[in-house]
Amino acid sequence: MSETIDADLVRHIGKLARIELSEQQVEMFGRQMSDILVYFHKLRELETEDIEPMAHAVQSSNVFAADCPQPSLGPDQALANAPQRDGNFFKVPKVIGDS
Amino acid sequence: MIDTKETVTPVIGLEIHVELATATKLFCRCRNRFGDPPNTNVCPICIGMPGVLPVMNRKAVEYSMKVALALGCQVAAFTKWDRKNYYYPDLPKNYQISQYDLPLSSNGYLEVPLADGSAKKVRILRAHLEEDAGKNVHDKPGFTGVDLNRVGVPLLEVVSEPDMNSVEEVMGYARAMQRLVRWLGASEANMQMGHMRFEPNINLHIARGGVTYKTPIVEVKNLNSFRALERTVEYEIARQYAQWEADPDGYSMGKLQKQNRGYDDATQQTVFQRAKEEAHDYRYFPEPDLHPVVVDDEWRDEVAATIGELPLARRARYMETYELSFKHADALTQDAPTGDLLDEAVKGGAEPKRCVNLLLGRAAALANERNCTIAQIGITAGGLAELTKMLSAGDVNATASGKILEKMIAADDSPRQIAQAQGLLVVRDAGQIEVWVDEAIAANPQAAQDARAGGKKQKRAFGFLMGQVMQKSKGAADPARVKQLLQQKLGP
Ligand SMILES: [Zn+2]
Repeated sequence: MSETIDADLVRHIGKLARIELSEQQVEMFGRQMSDILVYFHKLRELETEDIEPMAHAVQSSNVFAADCPQPSLGPDQALANAPQRDGNFFKVPKVIGDS
Repeated sequence: MIDTKETVTPVIGLEIHVELATATKLFCRCRNRFGDPPNTNVCPICIGMPGVLPVMNRKAVEYSMKVALALGCQVAAFTKWDRKNYYYPDLPKNYQISQYDLPLSSNGYLEVPLADGSAKKVRILRAHLEEDAGKNVHDKPGFTGVDLNRVGVPLLEVVSEPDMNSVEEVMGYARAMQRLVRWLGASEANMQMGHMRFEPNINLHIARGGVTYKTPIVEVKNLNSFRALERTVEYEIARQYAQWEADPDGYSMGKLQKQNRGYDDATQQTVFQRAKEEAHDYRYFPEPDLHPVVVDDEWRDEVAATIGELPLARRARYMETYELSFKHADALTQDAPTGDLLDEAVKGGAEPKRCVNLLLGRAAALANERNCTIAQIGITAGGLAELTKMLSAGDVNATASGKILEKMIAADDSPRQIAQAQGLLVVRDAGQIEVWVDEAIAANPQAAQDARAGGKKQKRAFGFLMGQVMQKSKGAADPARVKQLLQQKLGP
């Protein structure tokens, strides 16, 4: 992992998030993300040689729910905050191609 | 001498996504049900509202374990979930909860029956549990409609090794998987309802002139029918060969990246989507909102105990103990309840082969008409046993038994009651049969004369009179008695 986030990486992340970034924003986010990364590099000061990698921050496991249906929201509530709806559907700009 | 022999070996792996038959979704208690009006089975958890917490459905984990164990997989003692990040309208959280480095199970196999009676072992790399995405509806003018009912439905992804080398093997594997998950009750595996989707990886190994060429691997996404899978594999084998032949050194795995293609149902061809180098960068990381799952021996054994006899083992038993042909044994092991029905009837005293003839004769035809399994037409094992015993005893003939079987579906009456009510019992009463025989002889003097005369025409005339008597009795006369009486009356 590089020590800093360069402009290309910011553009790549922007593309993955499907947002358009101005050159100014690329510069700004690059700087902010680099700062975050540098901050996290503090962790390197710790000795981790003999420590098992952690899969999860909590120690507990096997928290389950029974397979019993409970009432859902219903379309009107579910769609209440949708910018646009079409009948019971969320209405979004035309998407084509794969996910 | 130059080796001019050329061999082309397709190398195919398959990812199968199976929707599990739980009542609710994987992380919330919305219903997991196909066909409801759009956005009715949704809640803050599955539509990705901020601050909500997913809770794992125990049943989904158990169904997954059950399938994994039936595939001979090792179930991991410790398994966790990860976020697979991508942005698409059918996935409102902007990430899918899936499993990355510690899948629920790995290293199994599925035995695939082939047409020549042999079986091929296809190795399973891993089977993991993830959530399904919603549905984008594209047939809208100028926009896309999004239905999130399917978001969060539990999905078992089974990834095979690239062990398949022909269309037949791919189709055999896909159908064997469908049969297995249905058998286990883990999924309805209904293709029309999107319960099963396929993603094949295909390339060719071509040996020519002592050199082995490998075409670039092609992955085809999201095939939702057996037909689409079959056409895709057929098409890709032909397409890749043609492309390789045009440029044997250029069209190769070393020179070109893996590529994604999509299947176009209208043209039945695959079309280029993107090279893998432009592939999404999913930025997997551990799902912090879910607890890991620890499977101890006790829980694993408990789930394993629910598996019971698997289809191939049952088929082998039918061939061995009931002495059925491969074809018959295979037909009876497409689903578990049909075989259960047979086993129960045999336990109730039915002779296996006769019982099988009933099941694969009239019962199979009725099931076919109703588009259901034999077990679903609605006959009981007790009724089936009784009817089979009546056949064995000669109380009814084959034709009558079919009619009785059909009546058994609609009525609660026993087969014997139905046979009596419908006059379908074999008539053994010599007096009644003699009346029919005399009438037949009287009505057909020419045939009677030919039968008496012997010679060329005798056999045919005798057969004709036999038929006349059977017709008069509406098929109910005991043929052995009829024959005996006719011989007495027409004999020398
Ligand atoms: Zn929900």
